[in-house]
Amino acid sequence: MSTRYLLVGSGVAAIAAAEAIRSLDAAGAITLISDDPHGYYSRPGLAYYLTGELPRAALFPWNEQDFARLRLQRLQARVAAVEPEAHRLLLSDGAVLPYDRLLLATGAAALQPDLPGNHLPEVVKLDSLADAERMIKLAKRARSAVVVGGGITALEIVEGLHPYCRHVHYLLRGARYWSNVLDEEEARTVLARLAAAGVQIHTHSEITQIEERQGHVAAVRLQKGERIACDLVAVAIGVVPRLELARAAGLQVDRGILADDTLRTSAADVFAAGDVAQVLDSRSGRATLDTLWNTARAHGEVAGRNMAGAAARYLKPVPFNVTRLAGITTTVIGAVGAGRDADVQGIARGDSDIWRSRGDALVVEDGETVNRLRLVVGPQHLLGAVLMGDQRLSRTLQHLIGTAADITPIRELFTQPGVNLYNVLAEFAQSRMVEP
Amino acid sequence: MTGYEQALARCLYVWDNVAMSLKDLLQRDHNRRTALVVGQVTPEAGRCVQCGICSYFCPINIDVRRHAWLGEPVQESHCLTCGECVARCPRGVLHFARVDLLLP
Repeated sequence: MSTRYLLVGSGVAAIAAAEAIRSLDAAGAITLISDDPHGYYSRPGLAYYLTGELPRAALFPWNEQDFARLRLQRLQARVAAVEPEAHRLLLSDGAVLPYDRLLLATGAAALQPDLPGNHLPEVVKLDSLADAERMIKLAKRARSAVVVGGGITALEIVEGLHPYCRHVHYLLRGARYWSNVLDEEEARTVLARLAAAGVQIHTHSEITQIEERQGHVAAVRLQKGERIACDLVAVAIGVVPRLELARAAGLQVDRGILADDTLRTSAADVFAAGDVAQVLDSRSGRATLDTLWNTARAHGEVAGRNMAGAAARYLKPVPFNVTRLAGITTTVIGAVGAGRDADVQGIARGDSDIWRSRGDALVVEDGETVNRLRLVVGPQHLLGAVLMGDQRLSRTLQHLIGTAADITPIRELFTQPGVNLYNVLAEFAQSRMVEP
Repeated sequence: MTGYEQALARCLYVWDNVAMSLKDLLQRDHNRRTALVVGQVTPEAGRCVQCGICSYFCPINIDVRRHAWLGEPVQESHCLTCGECVARCPRGVLHFARVDLLLP
């Protein structure tokens, strides 16, 4: 009998797993189960859908033929329970699905704000395509929107709402944006550009209540007493892995589902991948969370191969993301910050624990305002980098940091006054035959 | 130096500069065209998030996103190498890489 694979989730982790399984097992029965009616779409692409740069139809990387080619069954259903001992899933409609191998790739969900009024229909988040559609629909009718939270998603929402709403208010708890990844100068540049574009920035502002009028959002009340009238409240205060199924099934969980570097969980034949998985890094001995798209894809590939009987291991690469902050392309690589951000609880979307593990390291910077390069320099290696604007060195730095290249020959140059970091790094990379 | 010689020297100097910048300009244009002619749009799969901006903006509907997923250069013979996808990609996934057309 052919092997029965059940994959719970429809994001990139599940898709990558399905592709990997099929490449090794031509006969197995692969079923993707998800409660997302839209199936597989580019979650990061939602930011460009919100701003109107991309039409909705462009968000779907796969068409029907692609699913047919891999002979994937798709099932839109909610999983009610996992029974690892019995090797079966129970669906909310009562159906029972037996499996030989199970993948949990259930992703992460936006945190709800713990505030009076959080149940109102115009309090929105950005987890899914359905959320994005809803946000656009509400924004078209809204005159004034309040965005609260931090990290990449909060700014994606600010930029997405800005073309629709006359007033967009962005509320920050502290004085800075993304304080545990960006430095002061970088954060200031981002906020200054938002302000110049007409976004109203409110620092040191914390909502205490969302006020309602006849069942709809009317305003937010701030801790310092101020009241901001609005028709829409968008929230991006962090995400939390969807653990309920795993926890109820008795799997070992911490902040995510704990998995070893083969993506196996504590239960036999049950694997985890993507935002929901907290994967052991065999080199550091630590299990950290990443909510990065490329990490999810890599998890899925390794999990899929192992589900089909291969012996693949996941080696955690240096976490990396490219995003646009207030229109400035920004790359974050490796350990660049520390501490916690008051605007985000735990982890945000498109985020990595590693980014906040800088410790005491030399920090050097070059450039000004929109074109800026910041390096975190260890005794022998580069530990991290933030590039804003000018991205010429983005791939070079990803390579130098990712391969832990020995930078001893140029380290002294970093601290010399007036030195051009771009040139030093470009020449160094070239001398090592790194493709720029 | 006589006035005539001075004028001639100045003339030569200006000409030299014009010639240099012209040469520079032509060289740059030459480099660009070389890249376009013998270069292929080459993705770095690890940077791509499959948002689809590349495919959406391709003037002749090549599914560039699929190439990025597979990590394969765009080898379609009708690719115009217009550079639209390279420029539009918000994450720097795509670049032109020189390829030897005589190799399989």
